Amino acid sequence: MIMDERMGGSSREDDGNDRFPIGMRVLAVDDDPICLKVLENLLRKCQYQVTTTNQAITALKMLRENRNRYDLVISDVNMPDMDGFKLLELVGLEMDLPVIMLSAHSDTKLVMKGITHGACDYLLKPVRIEELKNIWQHVVRRKKPDSKDQIFAANQDKVQGGTGEAGQTLTSSSDKKFIKKRKDQSEDEEEEGDDNEDDNDDSSTQKKPRVVWSGELHRKFVAAVNHLGLEKSVPKKILDLMNVEGLTRENVASHLQKYRLYLKRLSTVATQQANMAAALGNRDPSYLRMASLDGFGDFRTLTGSGRLSSASLSSYQPGGMFGRLNSSAALSLRGISSGVIQQGHSQTLNNSINGLGNIQPAVLPANQNQSGTLFQAIPTSMELNQLSQNKSTNRFGEFNSVNNPNAFGVATNFPDARVTVGSSNNSLSTASGNPLLQANTQQVQHNGAFGNQSSLGVASLNQESFDMGLGCHENWQSTVQLCDFPSNSLSTSEAFSHKQLQTNNLQESVSWRSSHLNNNPIDLSSSMANAARLDDSRGDVQCQVGLSNNVLHDIDYAAKKQWGECSSFGRMDTLVAASRSMLDQSIAAVGSKTTNVPFYGQLNGDAPYVRHPEGGKLAFDTRLRSDEDFLFEQTKPQSDFGQNTTESLDVTMSSMIKPEQYNETELMDGEFGFDAFPLGSCI
Amino acid sequence: MLGLAADRLRADTNRLLAFLFHQGILDEQFLQLQQLEDETSPNFVSEVVNIYFHESEKLLRNLRSLLMDKEFSDYNKMGIHLNQFMGSSSSIGAKRIRNVCVAFRAASEQNNRAGCLRALELLEHEYCFLKNKLHELFQIQQQRALAAAVRYPMQN
Repeated sequence: MIMDERMGGSSREDDGNDRFPIGMRVLAVDDDPICLKVLENLLRKCQYQVTTTNQAITALKMLRENRNRYDLVISDVNMPDMDGFKLLELVGLEMDLPVIMLSAHSDTKLVMKGITHGACDYLLKPVRIEELKNIWQHVVRRKKPDSKDQIFAANQDKVQGGTGEAGQTLTSSSDKKFIKKRKDQSEDEEEEGDDNEDDNDDSSTQKKPRVVWSGELHRKFVAAVNHLGLEKSVPKKILDLMNVEGLTRENVASHLQKYRLYLKRLSTVATQQANMAAALGNRDPSYLRMASLDGFGDFRTLTGSGRLSSASLSSYQPGGMFGRLNSSAALSLRGISSGVIQQGHSQTLNNSINGLGNIQPAVLPANQNQSGTLFQAIPTSMELNQLSQNKSTNRFGEFNSVNNPNAFGVATNFPDARVTVGSSNNSLSTASGNPLLQANTQQVQHNGAFGNQSSLGVASLNQESFDMGLGCHENWQSTVQLCDFPSNSLSTSEAFSHKQLQTNNLQESVSWRSSHLNNNPIDLSSSMANAARLDDSRGDVQCQVGLSNNVLHDIDYAAKKQWGECSSFGRMDTLVAASRSMLDQSIAAVGSKTTNVPFYGQLNGDAPYVRHPEGGKLAFDTRLRSDEDFLFEQTKPQSDFGQNTTESLDVTMSSMIKPEQYNETELMDGEFGFDAFPLGSCI
Repeated sequence: MLGLAADRLRADTNRLLAFLFHQGILDEQFLQLQQLEDETSPNFVSEVVNIYFHESEKLLRNLRSLLMDKEFSDYNKMGIHLNQFMGSSSSIGAKRIRNVCVAFRAASEQNNRAGCLRALELLEHEYCFLKNKLHELFQIQQQRALAAAVRYPMQN
């Protein structure tokens, strides 16, 4: 029995939180000593604190002793002394810790079982380090939103004063809202908002009451601002005018700040759109009106155009509690949809977050139509459908021009009411509910540096993968139309890998994945999403029963891992083809139950430079020998690891990869930029 | 010259690894293992692999005794062993072995005893092959370690 406790000090969560997820305490349970050892080392590499045991019973005992000693449990499914699912259930019931299941078997039924028993995630062996790097999200998600707010408040206070937190609270509050009422129009928004404000048991000074900027609340806010005039609006006066109990000046202040930024953004976008629209002969008067806006000076105009649009838009239904917030966004959307969507419209779209498709409409008083969609403006599905029908999404490539300092809503082109990943605010989606909201909120905090370029790439990629991934949405069908990225063959591979996305896929991972998809020009710092995506797609593939899928997965993974962003394949192509065919052959051979030498022959038969086992090997050796000098030269500059084994690793890899792309292989922990490398074409 | 020996050994290692990867015997999971090896766990790979050998032989023996049994009917039990074997094989990156396990499992799910037997033979074959190659690899690495120890400091 391997019992190896490492307690990182008696620090309470706060200490851990400072460097979270570093130091996260994981309990790993697996009866297989090899997997356990590998897992332990992988986790240590991720800088978690790891405790291991190979017996479920022991694990339970340890957990019962002190639940607070661990943040997360990873458990194998098949264990001799106790069923992994049973352990999962018990841990969930007694200790309310997040549990990740681990298995060599990717049977859908098992995965489903894991989910129904309450697992946070279901990982497939072999576990890769990229997947493990992400598991801390389950801990964060599990914690009460308060705690999470605290973490981010701590971070954000340094960044943006109260803004971040308010944004945070906004989103997390909306999480709760969505949990409570997924598809119902929330009539008691304000009540809930007020309730939420009191819902705070942490007396730390950092904490501020969570305020839900419900539609109702926001309407009042906007009314107050309008009354005072934006330039003259001061939080105190607004607060007085709003006359809402429990609302603090700080809440209003941060909301005001966001609102201002939003409007500024809107006007910039509007100007651009108007120009475009004018160029295209767009008849929509709202465009012209918006174009005439000068900064946020002219609310009346906005209101006016809003009124106009809202009249015309009255047929559709803005989303949920943010219905009112929609209007200007909707307004812009409307204008856009009626025209050709081009540069800059993403900006507006960005502001209008996708909401729940089936949220009932709220009546929009004309005056308040242009309430800024700070974070949660939600264009209705109808709007989005209009968009999709206009094939507007084909123009993703041109988003660069809009200057969006906050990089909100990177990818709002989702026709369905899905979360626009990439923007902190857009996290309102039906099925995803909480996790996405929270995940995205986190993201906002982290991605302040997103330029538009990243928005661009992310938008285009996100939309597809995201939409494809969240197939359970009713508007999923409409999203399929959007899949024409002629320039991006990645879409096919995306579609491929995401089709398998089933419920077992955590929405968190989805959001992370989609939000962090990279295009070549984009250099998103977070590799997690990459990994997440890979993980997901890998997991997806694995979920399918059948050897061929496993093969495909292996290739998939192998291709991504080894050959990163290779744009020219050269030897790699043949190698992939070779290994693929080899695998196919081997699988086919085994599957058809032939067990003799021909198996090897078949294995090697297709390799381009391996004709038959012996001959092939010789040929290979010869080739290698001739490359040796070359390889040696290659290894020299490459050794970060400074290990003998790594050297061989490098050289080995370089022998399979073109030299220029050698460096990709070093990013084995998943930090390579996402490949525009189209998997589909490679396989 | 000491340098030449080290170079030769390194070449051997590379060649062997390249061969194993190319043949699909090992996959990138093995690379991950190698990456996990560092100052704090200097012999990680060989440790894990040795445990793997130990466990695998047990499992293979169990599987064989199950299948050889005339009254064999407990595919479930076999499945458990198989599952573990598959998990550990994939954890160290033994791709081919893992693939054979997959086929084995398919046969077992169909209660196809003959198929299971064939798969088991293939499994044993693959396992032996892998074991030999990995032993070879470790030997070369040991020699390299020795050669490096004797080397002049500058040459590093």
